[in-house]
Amino acid sequence: MGLDVRLVADQSAVKADPARRPDRSFLNVTNAVRSNRKALAGAIILGIFVLVAVFAGSLAPYDPHAQIFDQVLGPSPSHLLGTTGNGQDIFSQLVWGTRESLAIALVAGLMATLLSMLIGVAAAYLGGVTDHVLSLVTDVFLVIPTLPLMIVVAAYARTGGLAVLIAVIVITGWSYGARQLRSQGLSLRNREFLDAARVRGERNWYVIVFEMLPTMTSLIVANFLGAALYSVLAAAGLQFIGLGNPNDMSWGTMLFWAENNGALNAGSPLWAITPGLCIALLGAAFALLNYAFDEISNPALRPIRMRKENRIAHS
Amino acid sequence: MTYLLRRLEFFVVTLWAALTLNFILPRLLPGGPEVALRTRFHGRVNPAAIKSLEVALGVNNNDSPFQQYLSYLGNLLHGDFGVSIGFFPKHVVDVIMLALPWTVGLVGMATVIAFVLGTLIGIVSAWRRGGVLDSVLPSIFVVTSAFPYFWIGLICIYVFSITLGWFPQAFGSSSEVSSEWSWTYISDVLVHSILPAFTIVLTSIGGWVLTMRNNMITTLAEDYVKMARAKGLSPARIMFHYAARNAILPNLVGFAMSLGFVISGALLVEIVFNYPGLGTFLRQAVNNEDFPLMQSLFLLITLAVLLAVTAADFLTAWLDPRTRERA
Repeated sequence: MGLDVRLVADQSAVKADPARRPDRSFLNVTNAVRSNRKALAGAIILGIFVLVAVFAGSLAPYDPHAQIFDQVLGPSPSHLLGTTGNGQDIFSQLVWGTRESLAIALVAGLMATLLSMLIGVAAAYLGGVTDHVLSLVTDVFLVIPTLPLMIVVAAYARTGGLAVLIAVIVITGWSYGARQLRSQGLSLRNREFLDAARVRGERNWYVIVFEMLPTMTSLIVANFLGAALYSVLAAAGLQFIGLGNPNDMSWGTMLFWAENNGALNAGSPLWAITPGLCIALLGAAFALLNYAFDEISNPALRPIRMRKENRIAHS
Repeated sequence: MTYLLRRLEFFVVTLWAALTLNFILPRLLPGGPEVALRTRFHGRVNPAAIKSLEVALGVNNNDSPFQQYLSYLGNLLHGDFGVSIGFFPKHVVDVIMLALPWTVGLVGMATVIAFVLGTLIGIVSAWRRGGVLDSVLPSIFVVTSAFPYFWIGLICIYVFSITLGWFPQAFGSSSEVSSEWSWTYISDVLVHSILPAFTIVLTSIGGWVLTMRNNMITTLAEDYVKMARAKGLSPARIMFHYAARNAILPNLVGFAMSLGFVISGALLVEIVFNYPGLGTFLRQAVNNEDFPLMQSLFLLITLAVLLAVTAADFLTAWLDPRTRERA
């Protein structure tokens, strides 16, 4: 009931315009994160990484690039995770790497989501030939195998660095979300509040941006989480085979250098294990949040116990 | 019928898009390939190889782009994919044929194992709703789905090969065993495939389990399942003949699709294990700037996926009458 009380308090402005639906999506999102254990775990992991990325400078004890230590040292108080085959401090690399890896995930995920919003919702709202063409383009991108395409594009544009990496991920990552958003958009198309906007004489872009998109917030957030997960893994894979800028400091490039120096055989396994673990944790954070959103939007999938708890909580 | 026609339209459009992407990309992204061509290969590589590269990249060509495009499509129609740079003077097709059996063998086997195991686990976990399997597995798979799968390969190498010494660390077979059809060779190949196959199964099984479980849950709520229970049929019969049989359709379609992704799905695992399949060749092509080989691999992989997706569509139409009616 707590949720509804807050909503009522927020609604005074909304009531004046009965054609407008109250936007509860955002509250749904925050409430969902708090009541779902999977979502909470994901949010905590993500929060820790954000903090590490922001305060990398004060958390990392050494310069991550500096090759000034003995090579292949084991973990010790002065080198928490030991040193690389090039004499760099692994822990410092990990901390600094958080920044770029997280940035790629958020930026590429955000851009891919924007693209899928634009194309998916436009296809659903405009219908007709536009829909046919946009859907076809979406399906084509959905089917073309992404990893080889990413590798080919990145190989041609090797000098481009981070911008190319992000562009490649966005180009290959938007189609899935576009398809989902299109289906949801189709289900909204004939609702009364959209008819009302049309009767008022609003332009198409206004109806899409200010009427349709706000009602789809939950799905858009879920899409962003999926796209961010995809970006984390895609960036790691591309950087791992040397298609990023190897001089950047990120988890993917750490793996690249570890693999190139035979870290597993040479006695510094932590060099290869820890960045992969961080990628996995960050990915898991996005996946957990995303799965929690699935459970919220499709109650049939919830664990039985949780459904009961929810019923009690909401009654 | 309209449904199948629409899928055919999609097949043709996608194939054309992939072919065109392959043609446009190197021409759209200047700098990279052309500079590489000039700086890395000039004077060092056979003129025939240079020619192959120039055709692939559209460099030093006086024809109009449209003419180039037409002759590019013509060459592909004749099965002429050019000459590989890294494996000069081998033709690209011959190079790919070296790698293809390894990939199909390894990833194909792993895909079948993952599909069968995952579907069974999904059936049982939905049947015992709220049981141990059902409450533990989905969460685990959600987390593992976020793992970079090549990294799982690295961990497997570290644990099972370097630390425990149970399995070989890399390659498709030992160099000291001659590659003829003998029992030693076959067992050698099998031993080399265990770790990469295990990695692929571990990282792909979750999808099968979750899809099957979720479909089973929907199906189990149907009236005909209640009817079967009321008739007093044995649980195993209800589970497999009534519920699973109807719930398996999305998984079957997914399986048809994943057979196409066999070729692309495990590129990074192959790279990690230095397995002599397409993934390792693709990486070598990237490192050698062997653009003809790279382009052909991309086309081959896309074609495989496309064929599989179309096959899956036809399979759906054949197995599920509702699809035909809807169209």
